[in-house]
Amino acid sequence: MQATTLAKEQLFSMYRMMVTIRRFEEALRNLFFQGQIPGFVHLSIGEEAVPTGVCAALTDKDYITTTHRGHGHMLAKGGKPKLMMAEMFGRRTGYCKGKGGSMHIVSYDLGILGANGIVGGGIPIAVGAALASSFRGNDAVAVAFFGDGASNEGTFHESANLAGLWKLPVIFVCQNNGYAEFTPTSESTAVKDIAIRAQGYNMPGVIVDGNDVLAVYEVVKTAVARAKRGEGPTLIEAKTYRWEGHVVGEQAFVGEYRPAAEIEAAKQRCAIVLFAKKLLATGFIEQAELDRIAAEVQRKIDEAIAFAQSSPFPEPQEALDDVFAP
Amino acid sequence: MPVIGFIEAIRQAIGEEMERDPSVFIMGEDVKLGAFAATRGLFEKFGAARVRNTPISEAGIAGAGIGAAMAGMRPIVEIEFASFFYCCFDQVCNQAAKLRYMSGGQARLPLTFRCVYGAMGSAAAQHSEVIYPQFLAAPGLKIVVPSGAAEAKGLLKAAIRDDNPVLVFEHGRLGFTQGEVPDGEYIIPLGRGAVKRAGTDLTIIAIGAMVPKALTVAEEMAKDGVSVEVWDPQTLVPLDEEGMLASVAKTGRVVIADEGHLRGGAAGDLAAIIIDKGFDYLNAPIKRVTALDVPIPFSPPLENYVLPDEAKIKAAVQEILP
Ligand SMILES: Cc1ncc(C[n+]2csc(CCOP(=O)(O)OP(=O)(O)O)c2C)c(N)n1
Repeated sequence: MQATTLAKEQLFSMYRMMVTIRRFEEALRNLFFQGQIPGFVHLSIGEEAVPTGVCAALTDKDYITTTHRGHGHMLAKGGKPKLMMAEMFGRRTGYCKGKGGSMHIVSYDLGILGANGIVGGGIPIAVGAALASSFRGNDAVAVAFFGDGASNEGTFHESANLAGLWKLPVIFVCQNNGYAEFTPTSESTAVKDIAIRAQGYNMPGVIVDGNDVLAVYEVVKTAVARAKRGEGPTLIEAKTYRWEGHVVGEQAFVGEYRPAAEIEAAKQRCAIVLFAKKLLATGFIEQAELDRIAAEVQRKIDEAIAFAQSSPFPEPQEALDDVFAP
Repeated sequence: MPVIGFIEAIRQAIGEEMERDPSVFIMGEDVKLGAFAATRGLFEKFGAARVRNTPISEAGIAGAGIGAAMAGMRPIVEIEFASFFYCCFDQVCNQAAKLRYMSGGQARLPLTFRCVYGAMGSAAAQHSEVIYPQFLAAPGLKIVVPSGAAEAKGLLKAAIRDDNPVLVFEHGRLGFTQGEVPDGEYIIPLGRGAVKRAGTDLTIIAIGAMVPKALTVAEEMAKDGVSVEVWDPQTLVPLDEEGMLASVAKTGRVVIADEGHLRGGAAGDLAAIIIDKGFDYLNAPIKRVTALDVPIPFSPPLENYVLPDEAKIKAAVQEILP
């Protein structure tokens, strides 16, 4: 096992988190096909090591912004499956009282400043949170999660420049899953590695295996330390792969646009299996314990679904609330 | 007349114009596969140079469209969802809209923007927007809102041939509809509205996806002996004021149905024009049926509550009938 500063309990909780993200999204996919989830659902199955590794290096007072594909980031930052699930179902008990849905979840208390329906929309917001942190001297760092596709938006470049210029405590985490919608990164991005773009903004650019949760954790930990020393931002490119389509149900209207062998190869490098193997090899943990964690997670997800299903829809007139602060 | 789908009508319009004029090309995010299928098959037919799959970079794409148009091409720029226009507002409103004017009439911008707009079922606030009112406030842009397959084809072809920046707004829900589209060369000139159903008691001015809803209401009300005219502006800029006022003069009563918001919206804009120029024709106050003034919510009961529908149009009609 590679060097890690993590204690046994932290390793367990990382494993639990990866399984939670996987099961949460698998459930979501099934519920969508059953017609229980309105709107669009974007899954990050196969990418669980990135949110888990990143958020393990953060504290409660740190901030994140995420994307349309943000369930994993929210769970890893402490999002409660129940409240997230209820939001997906459009219920009043959800994080946003049914107003936001999957793509727009916010949990102010948890420092989740928003999933986002606009590609690149959250990146400057994370920079702003880091700016506030530098004003207030409260040591909080902000992480902007975004995709390789988003790194072609102006918002990424403008944000990176501000952060580099002002040495803000922000970490840009580009979760490169190889595709933006239906277009492979190689057909949309002038550079092979997104991390190289860091050079233009005077910050370190680091590439990490996005399927190796401990490797992700370590690079983020280094970036957090750097941010807290006032040395500024880091761009981390975590290379991973999305097993599922861009949006659930897309096969019906776009068909398959990726080589089957490519998807199969990615599945062979399942982040959860890789991590389990490592844990077992250390002798820290027995298979039975991993099974117990998986069963416990499944129970939690089932509870979340039951909670969502039994929660009421909002009253229609509630649509008029929350436009302005009182 | 052949019956074709709304999306197929758009595909035909683009394909035919690309065939006719080698300076026409299309670019946008995922136009190769066609995120909404409107461009499907064009890549195979016309190749990667003329069906240009772009990175996700709306400001860059919009600006590149402007430059290409100024330098002699006739670009069609696809901005997937209408809300993404916010990412390129400067290029569209500060550049495209003003370049001809600021250059004293020198610049020519034969440029078409297309996008999918409107609520299509729990897409929530960032994917459900009616954004053309924002562009009404930026003189220099033509604005087209087709209400069915025939309109989509005829208006889009006119937009592509126009020498100005034209924004075409295609409602996501209309993507599931079909309609009769005349065979062969079919063009609807920009700036001409159309009576979609003749009537004498009241005019519903309906925009885009509100047209089929208004027609449903008109049919229902005919059973009660009320004769409702449905008028479709087809293009908001330039606006067929004459056609609109003629309908108002005929019926004396007006309901305006639009899926945009009430404040600062297209319905208010049309109402103001009617009051300005046709006040004497009016026998009752003008009623606007629009989305409520909140961002479009996610949860289905909330979304239904906020959006205009047949029942709300009918209630408005009944309110101002004598
Ligand atoms: C401004 C904007 N442009 C386009 C879209 C449509 N869109 C949604 S997700 C997506 C791809 C994003 O790719 P990437 O940033 O790599 O993230 P991934 O989906 O791979 O996680 C696109 C183009 C959008 N939501 N917002």
